[in-house]
Formats: sequence, C-alpha cells, structure tokens
Amino acid sequence: MKRTGNTLKLLAGVSLLLGVLSGPAAAQDKPKEIKVGITTFLSGPAAVFGEPGKAAAEMIAADINKKGGIGGVPLALSFIDEGAGGEALVSNYRRLVQDEKVDATFASISSGSCNQLVPLAEDLKMLNFMWDCGASSILETKKYRYNFRSQANGTPEMLAVLIYLLKTKPNFKTIAVVNQDYAWGRESWEIFSTALKQMKPDVQIVAELFPKFGAPDYSTEISRLMALRPDVVLTTSWGGDLDTLVRQAGQRGLLQQSTFVLGIGESSIQRLGKDLPEGLIIGARGDHWFMHPEKKNDAEFKAFNEAFRAKTGSMPIYPVYHMVQAFAALQGSYDKAIKANGGKWPSREQVVDAASNLEFVGFGRPLKLRAEDNQGLEAQLVGVSKKADGFNHMVLDNMMIFDAAAITTPAGQKSVEWLKTLKPDFAKMDVPVFQHGK
Amino acid sequence: MASRSTVLSWTLAAVVVAAGVIPLLIPSMATLVVLILAKGIVVLGIIILLQAGQVSFGHAMFFAAGSYTAGFWGRYLGVGDLFAYLVVGTVVATLLGLLVGLFVVRYREIFFGMLNLAFSMVLWSLLEKMFHLTNGADGMRVPRPTVFGMAFSPDNFQYVLLYLTLAIATAATFAVQRFLESPTGNMLRAIKSNETRLEYLGVSARRVLLIGYVISAALGGIGGVLVAVAQQIATPEFAYWTKSGEFVFIAILGGVGNALGAFAGSAVFELVRFYASAQLANSWQLILGIVLIAIILFAPNGLIGLWKRQRAARDET
Amino acid sequence: MRGRHRAPVPDLSSKLRVLMNSTLFVLASLDGLSYAALVFLVSVGLSLIFGVLRIVNVAHGSLYAFGAYLAATLSLLVTPISPWLTYPALLVASLVIGIVAGGLIERLLLSRVYGREEVLQLLITFAVFMIMDNLQRMIWGVQPIYAAEPLKLLPNISIFGVSYTSYQVIVLPIVAVLALFGLRYFLRRTLMGSVILAVTEDREAATAIGINAQKVYLITFIIGATLAALGGALASPTTSLVPGMGTEMIVLSFAVAATAGLGQIEGTAITALAIGMARAFVIYLQPEFEVLVPYLIMVAVLLVRPEGLFGATKLRKI
Repeated sequence: MKRTGNTLKLLAGVSLLLGVLSGPAAAQDKPKEIKVGITTFLSGPAAVFGEPGKAAAEMIAADINKKGGIGGVPLALSFIDEGAGGEALVSNYRRLVQDEKVDATFASISSGSCNQLVPLAEDLKMLNFMWDCGASSILETKKYRYNFRSQANGTPEMLAVLIYLLKTKPNFKTIAVVNQDYAWGRESWEIFSTALKQMKPDVQIVAELFPKFGAPDYSTEISRLMALRPDVVLTTSWGGDLDTLVRQAGQRGLLQQSTFVLGIGESSIQRLGKDLPEGLIIGARGDHWFMHPEKKNDAEFKAFNEAFRAKTGSMPIYPVYHMVQAFAALQGSYDKAIKANGGKWPSREQVVDAASNLEFVGFGRPLKLRAEDNQGLEAQLVGVSKKADGFNHMVLDNMMIFDAAAITTPAGQKSVEWLKTLKPDFAKMDVPVFQHGK
Repeated sequence: MASRSTVLSWTLAAVVVAAGVIPLLIPSMATLVVLILAKGIVVLGIIILLQAGQVSFGHAMFFAAGSYTAGFWGRYLGVGDLFAYLVVGTVVATLLGLLVGLFVVRYREIFFGMLNLAFSMVLWSLLEKMFHLTNGADGMRVPRPTVFGMAFSPDNFQYVLLYLTLAIATAATFAVQRFLESPTGNMLRAIKSNETRLEYLGVSARRVLLIGYVISAALGGIGGVLVAVAQQIATPEFAYWTKSGEFVFIAILGGVGNALGAFAGSAVFELVRFYASAQLANSWQLILGIVLIAIILFAPNGLIGLWKRQRAARDET
Repeated sequence: MRGRHRAPVPDLSSKLRVLMNSTLFVLASLDGLSYAALVFLVSVGLSLIFGVLRIVNVAHGSLYAFGAYLAATLSLLVTPISPWLTYPALLVASLVIGIVAGGLIERLLLSRVYGREEVLQLLITFAVFMIMDNLQRMIWGVQPIYAAEPLKLLPNISIFGVSYTSYQVIVLPIVAVLALFGLRYFLRRTLMGSVILAVTEDREAATAIGINAQKVYLITFIIGATLAALGGALASPTTSLVPGMGTEMIVLSFAVAATAGLGQIEGTAITALAIGMARAFVIYLQPEFEVLVPYLIMVAVLLVRPEGLFGATKLRKI
C-alpha cells in the first residue's frame, strides 16, 4: 500500500510540476477577469468620438457582466488617451500589455494611432481589435495574426457614398474636395477620386483643398469654392472641423450653391442641429444610424439607444456602434474558442485563431472578419438630410444600405489598384432604399 | 572642489545603474527610460547654449532632422542599421546646425531665440504639408533597425536600445562637461558675461557661438534618432514650437549648471507626463506648469541646484 | 503607389494671371482682411507687452482661447434674453479675462521675475500657458462649443457674386481699426500713455521722477491681455471652439509681432495685413503652402532686419 501511495504522490507531484511548467500553452484555469485595454480620444478634437466611445464601452461591459460576463468571466476595462500624443500613447500601450497584462486591446480611433499600435500589438502578441480607425492600407500591406478590424475601412465607406451620389445626382460635372490634411483626409480622397474617375471619366475636379487638421477658419476656402461654383463638394472632415465648415459654408450660402457630400457626417448630425440644411448627402461609416431602417423596431436596439441617451444626453453615433461591434467580436471570439476547446478556457492563441473568419452581429447587418486579411466586412448606410417633426436636428431620408461584399476591396489586393479596375456600370448595382419613418 | 565632483561622479554612477536596472524589473519602463535619456541628450545641447546666455526656441528642428532621417531611410531605403541611423542622423542635424547657425549666431538674446523659432516653424510647416514626401501630419514609420547587422526580437531590442542609449548618454554627458570646462567652453560663458571683452581678446564671439551651436545641433540629432527608433515614428510635431519649449523647460527644471540637470529634468518631466496622463485625469500640464513656476521662483538653479543646496546645508550643520 | 488622379490643374503662372486680373483678387483681399484683423488684435497685445515689459508672453494664446470660450459661454447665456446682448457679452468676456487673468498673471508671477534672466521670464509664461491649456479643458471640456449669435444677427453681403458675412468683412476690420487708433491715442495723447512710454524708454529715470513702474507694468499687461481676449471673443462666433486653439495662435501672432518689430503698434497692423493677405492669396494659388507663409516671411525679414520691419535698431551698450 505504501508503495502505491508513494507512486501516487510521485505522479501527483510530476503532473503538478508539468502543469506549472507547461504554462499558458495547455488548458487554462478560468481567469478572475478578462482585462481589456481600450485606446480612445479623451482630449483633443477627436474627443467627440472618444468620449461617446468610452461611455459606450462602459455601458456594454456592464451589460455583459450583468449577464455573467464572457464564458462566465467578467470584463474589466482600462482606457488610455490617444490624445496624449504618440510617445505617451506607445508607452501607455506597452504598460497595458506588459505591466497590466491585459488580455485584449481595442486600438484605436485614429489611423495614425493604428499605424503605430497595430505593428506593436503584433510584436507583443496581443489580441487587438481595430475598433474605429479607417485607413485601408494598414491591413492591405501586411498579413497580421493578432490584429483584426471589427468594422469596414475607407474603401467601402467612400465607395458607398460615391455610388449614392452617382445614383441620386448622375449629371454633375464638377467636383471639389475639402478634407483635413492627414492620412484619413488624403486616403479617403484618393479612394473616392480614383473610383470617380473610373465611373465618370468626364468629371472635372476644380479644387483639392486640404486645410490643416484643426483649422478654426475655412473662410478663404469657402470664398474660393463660391467663386469656382462646383456642382458637388466632398468633405470627409469630422468633429469640430466639420461643424465649422458646415456652419461657415451655410452662413455664406455655399451649402445652397453646391451639393455637399459629408462622407462621414453622421456623427455631426445631432450636434449641428438646425445649422445643417436639408439635401446634404451624408455617410455613416458603416450602417449606423440610431433610426436604422432595418433595426429601428428591434427591442434591444431601442433599449441600447435609450440607455445611451440617458447616460450621455445624446443618441449614439457611429463610434458607439463600432464599440458595440468590437465587444461583439471579442465575445464571439472567446465563445468560439471555448466551444472549440471543449468548454475549457482557451489560451490567447486559441482566441486569436478563433477570431479569424468570425461572424458576429452588432446593431446593424451581420458582420464577418475575413480570414485572408482580418478585415471586417460591414454594410454601409448613406442618406440625405431632411427635417422631421419631433426632432431638433435633421434626420436621414432616402437611405441606401450597401452590402459589404460588392464594395470592399477583395482580399489580397490594394484598394487603389482594385478601384482602377472598376467600370461605370459598377454604380448601377441594385440597392434597397428606405425612407425615414417607414 | 574634489569632494563635489566625487559626489557628482557617484551620483552619475548611481543614476546609470538605476537606469540600467529598473527596466529589467519593470519591462514597460525600458522605452520610457530611453525617451528620458534621449531627450536629456538634446537638452545637453540647450544647456551648452544657455552657458552663452542664449536660448534657442527652435532646437526641435534638429531633433526632427534626426528623427526624419530615420523615417526617410525607412521609407526609401528599407530597414537600416541603428548605427547607420545614428551616424547619418547626426550628420544631417549637424549640417543643418551649421547652415542655420551661420545665420543665427549674428544675433543675440530675443532675436536669437526668435530666428531659431522661425526656422523651426518653417521646417515644421514643410514636414506637415509636403504630404507626398513626408506623409504629412501622421508622420513616417521607422521600422525596427538591426544593430551591427543583428536583428533582435521586440522584447530584446528594447533592452539593446536602452543600454546603447545609456552608453551614448553617459558619453555625451562626459563630453559636454569636458567641453564646458575647456577653453572654448569658457569663451562661451564669456559671451554671456561680457561679449565685447571677448572680442577685445581677439576671439570671434560668433565663431565660438557657432561651435557651441553646431555641437548642440548634433546632440539634438542624436536624441531625435533615438526617440524615432524607440517610438518607431517621426512626426511633424517633433519640429513644433511646443517641443522646443519642452526642451528649454527641461533644462531649467533640471538646472543648467550641470550636465546631470538635463537628465534630472527629463526624468521628472517624462515621468509626470506618463503617470498623469494615465491616472490623474490627464492633468500633467497643470502639474508640470506649477512645478516649473515653483522652480523658477524658489529654486532657479533647478532640481540639481536644490539638491546641492540641501547637501550644502547638511554639510554646514 | 500614390499616384495623382486628377484632371490637369492650371499651373502657377496661369493661376497667378487669373488671380490678378479678376474678381478673385478682391475676394482674396477680403479674406485676408478679416483674418488679419483677428491676428492683429492678438499680435498687438503681445507686441505691447514685450515693448514695455520686455517679456515674451507665451500665455498670450491662452488668453485668446479663454476670451473665446468665455465669450461663447456668455453668449449662450444671454441669447435667450436678447440676441443683441451677445455683442456686449463679447466685450465683457474680453474685459473679464484681460483684467482677472491678466492681472493675476502679472501680480502673482511676472512681478516676481522682473530683472531676472529673460529665459526665466519667458518660461514662466510658458508654464502659465500649460496650466491654462489644462484648465481650459477642465472648465469647458473637450466637445466643440459653438455660439454664433453675433454673426447670425447681421446680414450677408454679396461681392462679385460671392456671399460674405458682414461680421467678417465689416465688424472685424472695424474693431481692429478702432483698437489700433484707440491704442495710438492712448499711448500718445493720454497721461497714462505717456507714463507707459516713459517707463519703456528708461525705467530708472521714470522711477526717479516718481512714476510707479509696477503699476505701469500691471496696466500694460492688462491692456495686452484684454486685446488678446478680445481677439478670441471676436473669433468665437466664427468657429467651433476646440482644445488647442491657443497653441496655433500664439506662434502665429508671435511671427507677426516679431516680423513687424516687437513693440511697434502701427507696424504690427501693417504686418498683420500683409501676412493675412499673403496667406489668403496662397490659398487661392497653392493651398499646400498656406501654413508655411507666415514663418517664411518671418525668416526672410528677420535675416535682413532682425529688429523687424519697423523696429528700431538696438544700441549696443558696452
């Protein structure tokens, strides 16, 4: 008996030792909490996205935890401010990963931040969801294992806006652009103009203006546009810049003279209120609108919107829905990995591999993380501004929702190259149209 | 005084050891310490000029020159070697320093400061707006370089960079101290006290100031390369006036009497900014502003001056 | 990788021809004028402070920003009562910031460093700038603030078919001109003005005849601060107020003041106009160089005349 006892003890000791030595690779114990590090703008002009994003994250995490967490484990969030600038951002990101040992990160809002943090996340083997940055080039130039974009990118976003324009105003002859002078402003114009030249070769681009990011005054640009009188003016500005541009242009009558296309203007609709006239084409960086025609009767959607308004005073804007998607992708990855692991807690690598090819749902049409390049496939909603009773801001009308597959760059190709292969009848695709209130 | 320099040497040794050991214990501090040291190197340059009583409000341009050298290399030539970055970056900054210096050393005081500011803002606006060349406001990525031909994993690289920066910083500190004690260094101080008398001695004040200026530009370039490699990015902000202001801020904070002041000031500045941006509701500007005011009003020789006074008081009792 | 996909754009010389011949010249001038008016108000305050106190006030941009934010806050408060009250609100905001903030900065901080090294004086104002930047975020938050009542009250004006707001092309230049002449009158024709000029010329002699230099410095700083705040208050109806608006303005106003010659009032007006026009023209011709223009001009002028276009050469005292 004693010998068996000794053998048992030996076996127990050895397996314990093996268990300790084998480390994280083998079956894990369920952790106390899942730590998520989130980068968002808490200062600077992009705080108009960052603060709602943070509020949304807190709400969503609290909600998930109330339902028991992910796989039974609650979430714990930490936030770092993208607005503190490149050096503090990178240092803080490292601190999150190496000191606080988060399990996943959501980075970032700004394409500039993503350009820095995505390679770093890959280096540090950290599961990262690019929750709001739009530059298509990031995932097109390199294949990542640990980084996923839980939303679309600039290409489908700008293509949707372009096709909407071509469908609703097919006869415009001249166009001008006023974009913020940084990666998003430049890239979004490159995508839009490349596709435009393919689909409408005779169009004339009369002015390309790239005022400095954060410029407080567009008077001279507006004067110039008023003198040039283009049929269409595109801007992919956002935040305070867009507000200023729209207001200054409105004050001087430019909005009535040219058709303005606000590529990602959904986020400014509530803030602009009565200063936004009717008839502007507005994109939403995804199919995001708090009165989404296909979702507006969905109980969960309505409850979420109301809860958000109760917490922050406004209805959600697209960064909020992007945050929803990031959490959905996180939860989906964990659930998929747990299932694949037979109910046991998965390792980081298993969760990362589960995220590949993941299908998940936010508050719009279903999404998918493409296996080839981890790019999210997200539907796009574009509409036109219109007055409506009961609202002190404009609503979207004549909305078209574009499915992701047709307007997203095929995997393995660079956006600009693919756009150059488009033909004019690309814009003739069949797209459902929804009216406000119906 | 022999004992004073011995104490300072011991302090220097202690700082070097601390900078070398702490990041081993807290890995995420490695990059932060690199930043502290690299900025300290730039501030050494500011201190050199302050000896002559001149403040440059445009030193960010040399910092940016070094950083963008690494950025351009990465973009147009591919991954390089860290030593190549350092050498070429320093050469570029030095040449820029010579070019600008030839104009600037004719002026003194507020005019010197203003002209430096003007040049750095010109550089900033070029970096910001020449989008197709410099990628504009988002800056240029700096890929991780090899070191002497060896490629390192990200984890190891941060330590390699740390110890290399530590070595460079130590070397720079000794070099600057020696320079300041040399005849040229003394002549530099003479520019502050009475420039005309210097010229009566047959020494060209402009030439002396130019020497000091070019050295400080080189130091700026070295710091710029190191920061760009540590952060893996070079942005136009590196040339903006607030960056130049930071360097001067750090110089006064640390104390301009001694080269160690550059690193003391840099450490306080970066640590406060890092921790305040993470914890204290992003109030780092408030804190640092108050600290600087306190230093200026009550401890004009900076932190090092405070420390020396404390020691002197202790010695007397 | 990054190609250019646009229709052929006219080259610079043909654009220049177009600009000079036509109405675009008038339009660009009007744009330059309204921009110059704001920049002048901020620069002249900076110049005045340097001229008298010999301190470069880095916090000038923050005073501008605070003026703007307070004006917006007050405007939003009084608009429901009567929109026309927003005009006095702008003035009140400028005075409050100028007197309170300006006074505090001068009394508590600057007065302690008179006579110390220039770099220390400058750094104190830099520290104030940092503190005020942080305070601004804490008080008014980070979301853009918009209060355009003063602008909306006035009609638009159509010039060569291009619509301008009266606020921009009439109100702003008029206020700038009033400020210019007001300042001139004050400095040349009033007792206080002469006292200020006396202290600037020779502090020791002025003190010897019984002038209270401390009081002079305080009053000058308050005037300068009020001008900066006025610039901000006038700017606020035209734009969304966001964090960081002071940082750009300070270096721009410094460029204007330095190019004119620190301490030169009329010179600052002319330089502001020149730089404003240059910038507007550049936006019409080669918009990428818009940001470069003020600093290029500054370098060019200072290399040739370091004391500025209108500055007096400094005598070297042995």
